Amino acid sequence: MTGQTSVSGQVTLAHGSGGRASRELLRTVIESSFGHAVTQHDSAVVAGSDSLAITTDTFVVSPRHFPGGDIGRLAVFGTVNDLAVAGADPRYLTCGLVLEEGLELSELAGICSSMATAAAEAGVDIVAGDTKVVARGQADGMYINTAGVGFVDDRVHLGFEEIRPGDVVLVSGDVGRHGACVAGMRQDFGLSHDIHSDCAPLAQLCRVMLEAGTVRYMRDATRGGLGAVVTELALASGTRFQLVEDDIPVQGAVRAVCELLGLSPLHLACEGRLVAVVAEPDADAILAAMRSIDVGSGSCRIGVVREGDEPPVTLLTYLGVETVLSLPAGELLPRIC
Amino acid sequence: MNDPAGSARPVGADAIRFVDDFRDRELSLALVDRIRPAAQRIAAERGLERVAVMEVCGGHTHTLFRFGIHQALRDVIEFVHGPGCPVCVLPRDVIAQCVSWAQREDMIVATFGDAIRVPGHGLTLQQARAAGANVQVVYSPLEALETARENPDKNVVFLALGFDTTMPSTALTLLTAKEQGVTNFSLYAVHIGIIPTLQAVLAEGAQYLQGLIGPGHVSMVIGSQPYEFVARDYGLPFVISGFEPLDLLQSLNMILAQLERGEAKVENQYARTVTSSGNAAALAAINRVFRPEPRSFWQGLGGQTDIGYVLSDEFAEHDAEKRFGIDIATDPLSVAEQPPECDQVIMGRLSPPDCPHFNKGCTQDHPLGALMVSNEGACAAWYHAGAMATT
Repeated sequence: MTGQTSVSGQVTLAHGSGGRASRELLRTVIESSFGHAVTQHDSAVVAGSDSLAITTDTFVVSPRHFPGGDIGRLAVFGTVNDLAVAGADPRYLTCGLVLEEGLELSELAGICSSMATAAAEAGVDIVAGDTKVVARGQADGMYINTAGVGFVDDRVHLGFEEIRPGDVVLVSGDVGRHGACVAGMRQDFGLSHDIHSDCAPLAQLCRVMLEAGTVRYMRDATRGGLGAVVTELALASGTRFQLVEDDIPVQGAVRAVCELLGLSPLHLACEGRLVAVVAEPDADAILAAMRSIDVGSGSCRIGVVREGDEPPVTLLTYLGVETVLSLPAGELLPRIC
Repeated sequence: MNDPAGSARPVGADAIRFVDDFRDRELSLALVDRIRPAAQRIAAERGLERVAVMEVCGGHTHTLFRFGIHQALRDVIEFVHGPGCPVCVLPRDVIAQCVSWAQREDMIVATFGDAIRVPGHGLTLQQARAAGANVQVVYSPLEALETARENPDKNVVFLALGFDTTMPSTALTLLTAKEQGVTNFSLYAVHIGIIPTLQAVLAEGAQYLQGLIGPGHVSMVIGSQPYEFVARDYGLPFVISGFEPLDLLQSLNMILAQLERGEAKVENQYARTVTSSGNAAALAAINRVFRPEPRSFWQGLGGQTDIGYVLSDEFAEHDAEKRFGIDIATDPLSVAEQPPECDQVIMGRLSPPDCPHFNKGCTQDHPLGALMVSNEGACAAWYHAGAMATT
């Protein structure tokens, strides 16, 4: 029994005091959204095997609501996807909430019910949780931490060390959409666009890929985008990734926003995309399997792994010239003119 | 979405088709095939190793590297990177002054993103912000004006920098502030004109060049006419160019065609945007708000040139320099500490990879000068291009 609870009022410091108000908040807003008592125990004892995958991630995104999702969906899918790309079957999540005094209870209920829906979509249970309230000004509305547990099939072997020259690089759809969507909202450019965040669960996609052939390694492209992932994979495996710029799928509106703001879609966050390095003979079969799933319907082959050499990642431009893909030094800064 | 201009600009697949037309593979490769032998012929005729072409604007430098044009043609064309990178000519004292203001509890300093990573006297604005200073990054000066409206108890200073390109938006923001009586909004205006900058660069190094790719956005404001002196006084072809790869390839082709015909004139490849007389409304706004006044502190251009602008007297109450005073001492030591090579790179006399600090003491993570900071800086372009550019 999930669904948005009808409540009104605001979060107060009393809600974080551990007293009656805290219990009330849990009962009327959080648990009624999740549909069961998520905070009964401080830690969840769950049935499992030896190959346990565990992860945690904290979500501080602003704005909290964006086209295609909200901080709640991100918090569920982000952790589910971290488990999935490790080859695990995601099963259980915990949910830690940090709430700022003054947060509207109706918004909190909406985000909790959004988490519940997302958990159902991803096939995971939210089994434990914690809630803290901080004074006005000490947090930006709300933060969410989720930890996740999943189980890994003994036959799955994924790792940097499995990557070798000749392997093929795949991406599960167009990149940069979440980052462009949030950037387009944060800055007051007066742009009207229909960019929706790509946030989505990837567990099913990972499953069919692992069944379809030899996957060396997978990583979901979140903060730092595709560029950060391929650079990390190349450096960690001591190989060079050669990507073909025109083969990397980018939605037209995302490219347009990037051209206007002077950003590169390859450096913008995704929330429902993975990069996979697969054995060359199995590449077509894995790609076909990816495309058979909704969330992977836009999957593409974007490059190959070469013998290790500096620089770690190169891009073949449309002129056929090999250029270096370099990472931004820090935060993405707008150009002047 | 909140839209101060009142009309939202649709951004979608249609918008990008305009860009794709200027990245046509067939046309681009055909131009490369034409440029290469022409450049070789011209170099041979003149006894040169390569044809030296200065791209004045840092935005062009960025395109040349990003799409691999530089890499594809560098054996026949030497791309000399020009001074057209707004933060690259920004004096460190200006940053230091902004840091000083931003550290005051009752002040907020707003500026464009590139400027916050430029070293001042020790601290960048980014580092000052991390330590608690009030620094805001904006895309448009209008955002800074909005900040002033939202914070009536604070004085908001917009660090207005850039060539003639950004002067109209600064001017219009100030006119709006005055009209709406936003008294807590001020400008620290350190704009610089492209024409005197170009005069300074050519006076030093015209003899090393065979032609110039003229800047696009700044020409949209000032028009193509003000560049006539380049052809007349220095006998160099000057082609104003757009920012897409096909634009730059066509502009190169036009420069080489002039050289083959023995001509030197100003041509306008970017005719879809640039006119000969410029944007009259923008020029009128600039002339109302700014007054040319020598400032001799420009990075790389200092010593030789007195160029710059100050606010007209009519806007004295919005002039941060007059209102809050310059309270930092000019720091000759910090200027001396900065590599002298930066100046040579700005003047187009030193190629970034030939600088002894390049990729050694000076990197994107620890820049010694602004040329390494901005996307439009020549050193940053070479740094991003990495090993591929030097092989």
